[in-house]
Amino acid sequence: MVFGRSDRRRLPTAIKILIAGGFGAGKTTMVGSVSETRPLRTEETLTDRSTGVDDISGVEAKRTTTVAMDFGRITMGDDYMLYLFGTPGQERFWFVWDELALGALGAVILADTRRLADCFPSVDYFERRGTPFVVAVNCFEGSPVYELDEVRLALGLDPSIPLVLCDARKRDSSREVLIQLVEHAMKLRAQPVGTTS
Amino acid sequence: MTHEEWVDPEIVRPYVVTRGRTEPVRGSFDLISLAVAVGGPPGPEAGLDPEHLSIARLCREPISVAEIAARLDLPAGTIRVLLGDLFDQGFVTVQDPQPEVDMQDEKMYRAVLDGLRSL
Repeated sequence: MVFGRSDRRRLPTAIKILIAGGFGAGKTTMVGSVSETRPLRTEETLTDRSTGVDDISGVEAKRTTTVAMDFGRITMGDDYMLYLFGTPGQERFWFVWDELALGALGAVILADTRRLADCFPSVDYFERRGTPFVVAVNCFEGSPVYELDEVRLALGLDPSIPLVLCDARKRDSSREVLIQLVEHAMKLRAQPVGTTS
Repeated sequence: MTHEEWVDPEIVRPYVVTRGRTEPVRGSFDLISLAVAVGGPPGPEAGLDPEHLSIARLCREPISVAEIAARLDLPAGTIRVLLGDLFDQGFVTVQDPQPEVDMQDEKMYRAVLDGLRSL
């Protein structure tokens, strides 16, 4: 090899945070407001793999579902790259959630007070999975205004779980939500340097 | 349980691009696994397809599987297969994300907090 000097580039470590919540709760809006670029979209094509993949004539008989996910990136110096993924809304895509949640630093669950019940499945999911999460009430114009205590009660949210108000369209507001999440996750999981086995 | 079913030519393309393969020859590749090119760009002797070469070009800067998929408008599964070929032939190196057990690293949380605060 003649490229010895630049051959071994040290790559940053990628970290992901999930943005969950019901349809129309502002997931993609939040991804877009804090990311470096407009939200990108990736698709996972899910196919019934029992059909022989070499048999092209079988293609039309396969059941295929495409799940789209919006995501964005924030570069954090040379060492880390943070990715924000909007979770696919439909509950029948739980298996995609499983893949997304694996190794995630944590999750933001966006709540819309007009349809508060829409975020129940997300709360249940991350509670069960043990993924650190915060709930952010996205303040839409014209939506009913509730005290955070009322929202906490309605969601049956443990007092230890941060609950904040936000405007997903605003960069500063979305950034604050992410900071709350990372601080919460750090409290739950991190061990001071030097004490890890 | 209802499934949405349709015959979509866009479904066929990913299979043609990977010659029917659904799993990479090497590596597993998370959506946020980062790839970067090593050495020079693949030459014609490597016998690669145009899609491979497009990926190799995107990998001149560190880039995730999800971003490659979005930029080339192909499903992530297809990118995994093609990236596996490039990895196997030594044209890219890949950094997988931290497994969950490493989420105890306080340094990582501090770095992310600093990064967010400086946005």
